[in-house]
Amino acid sequence: MLQKKIPLAIVFIFGVISILQYFVPHPLSQAYYDTMLKWMIGVGSMAIFLALVSFIRHHQVRLKKKEHAPYSAVALLSFLFMTLVGFIGGMGPGSVFQKMFYYVQAPLQATMFSLLSYYMASASYRAFRAKSFEATLLLITAFIVMFSVTTFGNYVPGVPKALEWIMAVPNMASKRGIAIGVSLGSIATSLKIILGIERNWLGG
Amino acid sequence: MKDFFIKLASLNRTVIYLIITIGVLLPLVVPLNLGQKMSPPTEHLYTFIDTLPKGSHILISADYDPSTLPELQPMLEAIIKHAILRGVIPMVMSLYPQGTGLGIQACEKAKETLGARPDTDYVILGYKPGFSAVILGIGEDIKKIFPTNYSGIPLDSIPAARGVKNYNNIALVISLSGSSTPLAWVTYAYTKYNQKLATGVTAVSAADFYPYLQTGQFIGALMGMKGAAEYEYQVNKLLEKRGYEKAKSVFAVRGMEANSIAHFLIMLFIIIGNLGYFLTKKRREA
Repeated sequence: MLQKKIPLAIVFIFGVISILQYFVPHPLSQAYYDTMLKWMIGVGSMAIFLALVSFIRHHQVRLKKKEHAPYSAVALLSFLFMTLVGFIGGMGPGSVFQKMFYYVQAPLQATMFSLLSYYMASASYRAFRAKSFEATLLLITAFIVMFSVTTFGNYVPGVPKALEWIMAVPNMASKRGIAIGVSLGSIATSLKIILGIERNWLGG
Repeated sequence: MKDFFIKLASLNRTVIYLIITIGVLLPLVVPLNLGQKMSPPTEHLYTFIDTLPKGSHILISADYDPSTLPELQPMLEAIIKHAILRGVIPMVMSLYPQGTGLGIQACEKAKETLGARPDTDYVILGYKPGFSAVILGIGEDIKKIFPTNYSGIPLDSIPAARGVKNYNNIALVISLSGSSTPLAWVTYAYTKYNQKLATGVTAVSAADFYPYLQTGQFIGALMGMKGAAEYEYQVNKLLEKRGYEKAKSVFAVRGMEANSIAHFLIMLFIIIGNLGYFLTKKRREA
């Protein structure tokens, strides 16, 4: 029982104080704010450590499953290798750690993201059809935006203006609506957490 | 002719991939040298840095990892070079662990090609966990968040960091990111400390940031590879003028040419796909 009550009490007390702190320009309030910032950074560092533990445990379990074992073995060995290299040779300029980052990890991650262009080309070819009025409208808009974001777009009269209008009127109207909705949702969720109504973060 | 288009509309995926590969590779091998015209969000950022007084500080947060490197790294390199050429001091930090390495790489390039001196012409602060706490903490006292630079030298003894206490001494914060991190800077640095902000984002998330440009919460922005190419092209002109030919980079400019061809190919595929769809539909109805 206390396992739930203590965290809920901590969240309630610090949540309420932090809201009040924002509106109180007193030195005591400022001191509390400075301390909280330090704590947040400390907790953030601990979260990284927890992530590492979770990563190792996750792959340990997967190692026992035949179909996942090779991938998990590569992940764990790479992790171990980079840790050792970092501790032994340091992470400064010219170190093996830095070289591994620049010449192995960076190109690998960039390649993974670049593969998107293939999927986008294939998907747009198969799925982007003018089947209805709305789909046609979307298609025309996509064409204008796609053309205007090419190098040639800036040189064709009217195209940059069309892009500006699409982004500043229909796009902005929808984005603002989403942003306001998300913000109100965030406020409501935060209040629910502070008041102990929302308890999913405690593990269900 | 109808049959030809119908067949064309059922192209194998491998053929599409092959055409895209050739389309992307071609401009990288044979440059098109199209030139780049600055769009308004790029121009606003460029002009802002260009008109800052010498000795001003800008804080660049490399909030990305290598997955978005092709679009964001040229932005970082071009902004750092531009600032150094104008006598503005870039302070490079990251809210992402991997962003630190990319920030160092960009600064190293400026050191090699422009002869920029670490801790005199630029400062590498590195990574600090805590996200919103880091953004808020800089508003109180940057030395409490980054007591030392990346190499462990106390910030107090770094000439380029002297006189920087908080956002009051930072002319502009630029967050380069492939996610919604720049919005955290708006929430915490702009709203609480009225800090001037700019951003550089991937093309896929560019539409999300236009509302913040219109409100002036971002003074300028680099939108995807296009923004990177426009900025890089402009900085190249400045480098040429100052006699730093070797410092010129064409990574984003070439990338944008490849990007443009890929866009045209995708547009072509959409047209072919739709032609095939309508012809097949007509045949079924007949």
